[in-house]
Amino acid sequence: MSEPVTALNNTSDATGIAAVSEIGPVGMITLRGDLNASYLRKAAAQIAGVDVPAPLGCNSSDNRGIAWMSPDELLVMCPYAEAGETVEKLEKAIGSNFATAANVSDGRAVFRVSGPLAREVMAKLSPVDLDPAIFKPGMFRRTRLAQVPAAFWMTDDETFQIFCFRSVAQYVFDVLKVAAQSGSAVGHFPLAEGQSANT
Amino acid sequence: MLVLTCHACGVTAEETEFHAGGEAHLKRFGPGSSETDFEGYLFMRDNPKGVHFERWRHVYGCGKWFHVARDTMTLEVFGSYSAQTYTPPDDLIAQIEDKRPDWTRKAATA
Ligand SMILES: [Zn+2]
Repeated sequence: MSEPVTALNNTSDATGIAAVSEIGPVGMITLRGDLNASYLRKAAAQIAGVDVPAPLGCNSSDNRGIAWMSPDELLVMCPYAEAGETVEKLEKAIGSNFATAANVSDGRAVFRVSGPLAREVMAKLSPVDLDPAIFKPGMFRRTRLAQVPAAFWMTDDETFQIFCFRSVAQYVFDVLKVAAQSGSAVGHFPLAEGQSANT
Repeated sequence: MLVLTCHACGVTAEETEFHAGGEAHLKRFGPGSSETDFEGYLFMRDNPKGVHFERWRHVYGCGKWFHVARDTMTLEVFGSYSAQTYTPPDDLIAQIEDKRPDWTRKAATA
């Protein structure tokens, strides 16, 4: 059995206004098909252990989850070591119906940005309205981070989980680090009550 | 800045999350067509100052194609609609006619 190696060896940086770290490897399976079909919804929900999210949503618990990627695509997340067997389980559950499942874990890099100012860091890099009243935990967004495609969701009020293509992992880490560098707080979003931030 | 709403997934974002796909509702002329028709299909495009129908792709998002009706001068977006159609929806046309009384829809896009 070969040892999985993430793009940046799970490097991290906590010197800025939010902590940035690579948190791979994560098992990721692209599941494409008719998202309204009960055979697909049942298979995905049962195997991922969470409900199929509404459009533009993500349901996750610990290291499992399902993210809504497009009108005909879901991303099923699981522990890295289980990705292979999860694909087999999905294919078996789908049976003779049409849907495709592919293990894409090694093609991606996963990051976490956390802290009271995490929203600001993300807002500097993507064309997404990250106002706390608009973008909330449980929502999922495919977009860009500076110049590369990426997707993210919030696992709680101050934590973003991000994934991007593995080939641009260094770029994404660097650009997140620059957006989070110390002294760069903008103060655009109101902090939640009781929160204080290292600006 | 141009702000578009993807008809496929409903996300509203500024234009850098999308990619423009050129004029909408072209009629394809393929093998066997006259040279003039083929040339027109390949190269001849409208470039109106005002109301225009375009194809766009939500390239950094859901990846789907959709249509947009907008004003090329003011960047006002009248609406987005499905890619799976040959013509803009009637209610969108009516809304544009309302806002731009001197605009008439070009017969060729009908
Ligand atoms: Zn979309």
